[in-house]
Amino acid sequence: MKWPALGYLRASSLDELWRALGDGAQILAGGQTLLATLAFRLSEPGTLVDITRIPELRGITVTGGVLRVGALTRHAELGRDALVARHAPLLTQAVPHIAHPAIRNRGTIGGSLAYADPAAELPACAVALNATLVLARAGGERRIKATEFFTGLLTTALEPGEIIAAVEFPLAGPSQRATILEVARRSGDYAMAGLAAVLDLGADGRIASPRLTFFGVGEGPVLAKNANAALEGRVLDAAAIAAAQAALEGDLDPPADLHGPPAMKRHLCRVLLGRALQSFTPATEQAA
Amino acid sequence: MMITLTVNGERVTRHVEPRRHLIDFLRLDLGLTGSHAGCEHGVCGACTVRVDGEIVRGCLVLAASLDGAEVTTIEGLTDSGEVADLQEAFVARNAAQCGFCTPGMVMAAADILRHHADADRAAIREHLSGNYCRCTGYQAIVDAVAATLSERAIHTPADAGRGDRTQEAGR
Ligand SMILES: Cc1cc2nc3c(=O)[nH]c(=O)nc-3n(C[C@H](O)[C@H](O)[C@H](O)COP(=O)(O)OP(=O)(O)OC[C@H]3O[C@@H](n4cnc5c(N)ncnc54)[C@H](O)[C@@H]3O)c2cc1C
Ligand code: FES
Ligand code: FES
Repeated sequence: MKWPALGYLRASSLDELWRALGDGAQILAGGQTLLATLAFRLSEPGTLVDITRIPELRGITVTGGVLRVGALTRHAELGRDALVARHAPLLTQAVPHIAHPAIRNRGTIGGSLAYADPAAELPACAVALNATLVLARAGGERRIKATEFFTGLLTTALEPGEIIAAVEFPLAGPSQRATILEVARRSGDYAMAGLAAVLDLGADGRIASPRLTFFGVGEGPVLAKNANAALEGRVLDAAAIAAAQAALEGDLDPPADLHGPPAMKRHLCRVLLGRALQSFTPATEQAA
Repeated sequence: MMITLTVNGERVTRHVEPRRHLIDFLRLDLGLTGSHAGCEHGVCGACTVRVDGEIVRGCLVLAASLDGAEVTTIEGLTDSGEVADLQEAFVARNAAQCGFCTPGMVMAAADILRHHADADRAAIREHLSGNYCRCTGYQAIVDAVAATLSERAIHTPADAGRGDRTQEAGR
């Protein structure tokens, strides 16, 4: 379907943006979700305010002990950035799972987090990495943990007139292990079930601060509290994996969707959990 | 609103409605009908074009947002000769049947030739995974891209570097 009639404005600074944001105005970043919803007439914004040329929302830096990723960072940029690969390798691994090259060339991290699709990779990564979102509004800024930012199905803690300016990720230490795995019908599709797994593995083989975060199986990213508790402090071995899989039952309440019933999603999550933890065990102990 | 941009090397200035996406702009306003509109919501890839050197979904880009941009369509790509060898390989291997997907497919495949000269069949499939073809079953398309890559590898000196526009290579 053709898009509804709408207005278009480009803001070239935050000050211009604050002036433009009013009734019926909606922020346009990469457009890879928003413009698709226009085609379905799922949204009819009065005016799209293009933020892609606002310099304050760009750039990837390491400052104050965190990796700061500007909201306008495109998926493709995230995927090839050396600072990201070094300090938040989970993100580098996540990018190839997001849609397709042509979409990754335009879609942004800010748009992905703001839209909060429950099956999207980057919201789950933000939770798994314990990221902090920097939210900006006219006259101020606030910071909020990713875990508190995602409040429900396609809903976030963003208030009217507020935008995501950047995302801050803690720097990965040498003991961090991180991986992202998913099951999708076709390459590039949103996941039927996915897992962003982050933990620290000590020299003694013990797990610390596990943050297994599932996606595609709830209203938003699901931090697996029980499974994580089952892993904390344990040596990573087959028994630990089995314990985490058993504990996972209490973490998930997947809705039935067009992919299949809850039981199938639970099964996929158990399998993904096993694969992820297996990939962290020393190579000699790994089953192929 | 008025926009001025470069399309296939030519500067054009036009009035566009904000609701116009790039593919309608190209097809209806500029008469460049090589880029196809299929699903118009980002799923099929028939609308793949280059904006500022990178492939995008033309149906998910507002023409109004492209003031100052540089757009290359299948027409421009063909005229430049950049993918003449790939296009010959498509014909030779029957990688185009009805042809609806072909312009987008060639735009996406050209991206592999430019940026991923070492792509194997799995990487080719992955890169083209966002471009649907309802006719060929993909095998012939992957064959055509793989054949073009290996032809170019033979004819391109190893030090030519990745991402170069190796127009003469593989001809
Ligand atoms: C065919 C297809 C397949 C896809 N597959 C996947 C996939 O597998 N995984 C995945 O994660 N995504 C997928 N996507 C979505 C893609 O990743 C989008 O790029 C992303 O979700 C939205 O980013 P955007 O920059 O395009 O945002 P836009 O579409 O521009 O905006 C999305 C929403 O966020 C708001 N917004 C944007 N930026 C900000 C900001 N800085 N602050 C506040 N609000 C903001 C907008 O107002 C809008 O409501 C797919 C898209 C398509 C078309
Ligand atoms: S027409 Fe753009 S992806 Fe189908
Ligand atoms: S040749 Fe017909 S859709 Fe690809």
